[in-house]
Amino acid sequence: MSAGRPPSLLGATWVLVRKDLLLEWRTRARANALVFFALATLLLFSFALGPDTTILRRAAGGTLWLAILLASVLALGESFRVEQENAALDGLRLAPADARALFLAKSLANALLLMLLGAVILPVLAALAGVTLVQGPGPMAVVLVLGALAIAGPGTLYAAISSQARARDVLLPLLLFPLLIPALVAAAKATSLVFEGDPMLQFQSWLGLLAGFDLVYWSLGFVLFPRVLED
Amino acid sequence: MNLAQEGETRQEGLPVARALPLSNVSNALECIDVSKRYGQRWALARLSFVLPAGASLLLTGHNGSGKTTLLRLLATLLRPTTGQLVLFGQNGVAQRATLRPRIALLGHTSFLYEDLTARENCVLLARLLGRPASEVDGLLDRAGLAQRADQTVRTFSAGMKKRLAIAGLLLKQPSLALLDEPFAALDPAGIAEMEQHIRSLSRAGTTVVLATHQVEHGQTLCTERLHLSAGRATQA
Amino acid sequence: MTHALFTVVGVAVVGGGLYALVRGPASWRAGVAVLALVLLVSGAWYGLVQAPPDREMGNVQRIMYVHVPAQWMALMAVTLNFLCSVAYLFRPSWPKDALAEASAEVGLFFGAVGLVLGSIWGKPTWGVYWSWDPRLTSEAILLVAYAGYLALRRFIDDAERRAVWSAVVGIIIAVDIPIIWFSVRWWRSLHQMQSSPSTVDPDMVRALRWNAFAFLALWLVFLSTRYLIARARTEREMAPPPMVAEAAT
Repeated sequence: MSAGRPPSLLGATWVLVRKDLLLEWRTRARANALVFFALATLLLFSFALGPDTTILRRAAGGTLWLAILLASVLALGESFRVEQENAALDGLRLAPADARALFLAKSLANALLLMLLGAVILPVLAALAGVTLVQGPGPMAVVLVLGALAIAGPGTLYAAISSQARARDVLLPLLLFPLLIPALVAAAKATSLVFEGDPMLQFQSWLGLLAGFDLVYWSLGFVLFPRVLED
Repeated sequence: MNLAQEGETRQEGLPVARALPLSNVSNALECIDVSKRYGQRWALARLSFVLPAGASLLLTGHNGSGKTTLLRLLATLLRPTTGQLVLFGQNGVAQRATLRPRIALLGHTSFLYEDLTARENCVLLARLLGRPASEVDGLLDRAGLAQRADQTVRTFSAGMKKRLAIAGLLLKQPSLALLDEPFAALDPAGIAEMEQHIRSLSRAGTTVVLATHQVEHGQTLCTERLHLSAGRATQA
Repeated sequence: MTHALFTVVGVAVVGGGLYALVRGPASWRAGVAVLALVLLVSGAWYGLVQAPPDREMGNVQRIMYVHVPAQWMALMAVTLNFLCSVAYLFRPSWPKDALAEASAEVGLFFGAVGLVLGSIWGKPTWGVYWSWDPRLTSEAILLVAYAGYLALRRFIDDAERRAVWSAVVGIIIAVDIPIIWFSVRWWRSLHQMQSSPSTVDPDMVRALRWNAFAFLALWLVFLSTRYLIARARTEREMAPPPMVAEAAT
């Protein structure tokens, strides 16, 4: 038999992303439940804010990102529960798979899931709150991509930590929510500007903040995740 | 196996590590005064032994005596709280990245993804090892899983998961095979096959550590023996 | 230039003081605690009696003499936590982990004190306790973040894991500080004058200075005590087991 040559970092990431997406597809009932959870959250916000459509419209950006953020906590926790079921993560560590590839793959898979979730609940939000994409679908897509990356990067790192601690269901949001406040602010503001137009030309700045957040935390995650996994 | 007891034996015939042989590449395992703590409890305490390459070690002990912890330490998945672990002449903590391709663990958890099929699980491992996915079919056949290769692992019985896990272990062709209760959940035919697999691993020069309650199976397979009691090595 | 020199001397004095309190006998810590008490009392006298009322804010402004030092101490503790976290990941050692834990807890304490005092000050000044002032808002977010950090430390049993993971989390939170600051300021900006001794009356400077040193002494006592507790715990956790099994219990 042949002595194999292990794949490169990107090769391993590709293998692992495919594995994560395949798992996500096999357990799509869970992803569906996640979508309905996010929709229920949207409904709850609408009821809590009252029937006044002007308030709903002005809060639409924040509502969208809160729904995604709340659903993301469940998605992130779930993405590591799969790894823990038969200690599959230990199997990957021993295989051996590069921990950095594991981080990139898991974060990418989670980000894709959140982007999909956002895209699915967006039309429902538009109907509930009576908003339209004044700036068109392009800028909205950019905000959705950058926002999902902002949640998934540090979220994956924190989910890896909290999945192995006691009280993990409390710990993950407690760690993640304060960290994500800048990303939430930026994503919600940018989304509002997409809904309501951007007379002051602030859209670029919020997008810049979001992109900077992504860059910082994906780099940090890339560097720190091996320590989280191995110690 | 040498219970590393150059020097005196203190009370009740317990081995005490005094002078240990210098790191020697012909030793597959060197466990030097290794302890592992979980919370308030010492799962392993002051464990010292060496195992030459190619030897096979039978690990016995009651539930909770530290067998699984020791295997996970040897697999480099855990790091010792105190003490030092040397595998094939390399430090088991600092050089785990280079050691891992040579180590396989058949754990009491199967490391399998329940929602992937048997083949997908094996192909994932093959890809990470950089081996051609075509090797997988032959291995599944050898493990007696050819018929159900395309069903998800969730539909498998415990015995079949064990068979699949051994297929993964064989795929890796390790220098050190760590087997945690390999006979559990297997039917008599499965046990016989597992014994075959272990024998062929030993013949191929693989160092084997076998933890089991079924001493009668283990004794015929292994050359050395270590009994653990409350995390300490004792004479069986 | 003098500024840099002042900083270097300050860091050296504080670091040396901390080292002495940790290594020295317990009576030194008691001594500094007494000193802190004396300074606090005289600081209160300077702040409440000696210093003149503020021209615009009146007597309300006196809360600054305790609010600002508390913020400084919180900032120092958080900086220390970040440095310890980075240092731990580069070269693991238990004292760094213990100091990281101590500084997070002390930082949370002084931050909470500063936050409460700040919002009390806000009530007569702005009419509301919470005006979403960027500085206080950022601080509130950070307090929750460090509460999460301390919760994480409680929820992990394995000492080494706890040390590494909390170092990772400590770095992540510290990196977030400037990002939070900018995002909150963009999100809602409210002008706020900078409080620093150079902008106020000499009597006010003295009141602020006495209180700052009082808080510094308290900070040192809290930090060293908390450090010693954390050290004792890891030492117990990492002590090797006895050579011979204890009698079965």
